[in-house]
Amino acid sequence: MADFWQQVVAGLASGSIYASLALALVLIHRATGVINFAQGEMATFSTYIAWALTTNHGWSYWPAFAVTLLASFAGGVAIHQGIIRPNEKGSVLRVVIVTIGLLLALNGLVTLIWSGEVRAMQSPFPTRTIDIAGVAISIQDIGTIGVVLATVVVLWALFQYTKVGLAMRAAAVNPAEARLVGVRVTWMLSLGWGLAAVLGAISGMLAAPSLFLDPNLMAALLIYAFAAAVLGGIDSPIGAVVGGLTLGVGLNLIGSYVDFVGADLRLPAALAVILVVLLVKPSGIFGKSEVKRV
Amino acid sequence: MRHSRALAPIAAFVGLAVIVAVLPSFVSAFRAQQLAYVGIYLTALIGLNILTGYTGQISLGHGAFMAIGGYTTAILMTEHGVKDLWTIPVAAVVTGVVGFLFGIPALRLSGLYLALATFAIAVSMPAVIKRFEGFTGGGGGLNLFGLPELTASLEPVTVLGHELTFNDWLYYLCWTVALVGYVIAWLMLRGRTGRALRAVRDSESAAQSSGVSLRSYKTLAFGVSAAYAGVAGSLFAIATTFVNPDTFPIALSILLLVGVVVGGLGSLVGLIAGAVFIQFLPIWSQQVSKSPGAPAVVSGVVLIALMFVLPMGVAGLAARLRTLTKR
Repeated sequence: MADFWQQVVAGLASGSIYASLALALVLIHRATGVINFAQGEMATFSTYIAWALTTNHGWSYWPAFAVTLLASFAGGVAIHQGIIRPNEKGSVLRVVIVTIGLLLALNGLVTLIWSGEVRAMQSPFPTRTIDIAGVAISIQDIGTIGVVLATVVVLWALFQYTKVGLAMRAAAVNPAEARLVGVRVTWMLSLGWGLAAVLGAISGMLAAPSLFLDPNLMAALLIYAFAAAVLGGIDSPIGAVVGGLTLGVGLNLIGSYVDFVGADLRLPAALAVILVVLLVKPSGIFGKSEVKRV
Repeated sequence: MRHSRALAPIAAFVGLAVIVAVLPSFVSAFRAQQLAYVGIYLTALIGLNILTGYTGQISLGHGAFMAIGGYTTAILMTEHGVKDLWTIPVAAVVTGVVGFLFGIPALRLSGLYLALATFAIAVSMPAVIKRFEGFTGGGGGLNLFGLPELTASLEPVTVLGHELTFNDWLYYLCWTVALVGYVIAWLMLRGRTGRALRAVRDSESAAQSSGVSLRSYKTLAFGVSAAYAGVAGSLFAIATTFVNPDTFPIALSILLLVGVVVGGLGSLVGLIAGAVFIQFLPIWSQQVSKSPGAPAVVSGVVLIALMFVLPMGVAGLAARLRTLTKR
């Protein structure tokens, strides 16, 4: 039984990383109706900034963490203003192709600047374990879960209690009417992209210490984030978090107790989740189903 | 009026066919092989455009259909000793049926949800292929090189009195298939079926209320589109003389969508430019700079720039030029 709980906690830790990346996808989808295929590469890029600051420039972890978040935010806003917004007119595929181009360019840029070598990333939390009711839990896992939950609470407070948050929600739900009451819609959408970049950076910096840093780190995680977002409902921030944690725990348990799946079929298992959810309940657990107006 | 409207495309097509026929005499064998891949991509792009450009269903998973076609060919050739040419129609039927069946659950999905679902299938394809080792050869793949079933790989063949090397033979095979596919698509899309598909794309509710059955036309589009991808995959296996799970990576699916958008959604002529683009973009990017990572940056930047300059693809540019000259 102790083994079971250990798997659950490890699942929660990886699930919280999926959750933060899924939350980034949801933010962008709510704001601009686009699925950002470059979300993973944006996160990888941010993580490399943190790695370069701590390893090459000798910064200590938390200042590097803060500067990385600021840089990511600026980067996210710049990407929306510079290349997404001008391509929003016409077919939705146009923006999809732009994010695919961004994916390629950022992935290449990471390799170009920092080389494709696998790097070890410092963790702010010790890896030693503490014993809770017979279950050995690593402090790193607890720290990861804690950071993600704290981020979620901060975001929720931002959207629920601040004027900017209200304006962002208005811009996402009804851009035309929001504009009429004086909301600067495009800047609110840019803000959404900035926040999504920050979330991606957080999930990248949390994932890198245990998974090691290489240019394709987050591309693999992006699939799990897609699955998490779809599971929770691609329009629901709460859904992204619940979906991420459920997926993390579920995949960890299936991977360790179902022999047929094992480690090889973990990814297809996550994709099977996407397919099943899309077919049974396309709006996900928390999403609202779309109503078509004729 | 009706005559002249059909005449222009026919004239253009004949011109294209002539260029395709004589081109190998002017280029090296290596170049002919590269151009053979353009023909393969063209076939796949025509299929994808029927689904995405004409019916409005985004697929990020056509690489998976190509994988099914490629493996059908490889398994038939290695296990059952079937001549390569005969595996192509089989691949078309097998993938067409799979695509048709996939189209049934896909009816419930629209827009980006469908994109995600097809993306999921394409991503999981390599792992699934590796898992069913006994059937697919697992990670090691299936090798076709040197098999007697593979035409012209060991010694030149004579076709219509001309002796053809493997590369030239491949070129003519791929382009013949692509041009036949082009004509079939053109015939299918210009009549009643094409109108119905476009109606589904432009407004599902309006199409339905005018008596277009969403169910039959969407699944039809999926089946036909997948059959084209299957043929392309089959040709791909013949051309590379080898398949393994990484022959059909997720990048291939993405590249195909890029090709359709660059060529122009809902246009057949533009697809030739799209096929050239996806075959030569990686090669051109390599020439710009060889340092690791640089080619990807170039490809990405070119792609983004293209969406700024040609939002409607090459076909959109052509249409704009036409209206300019008419004035």
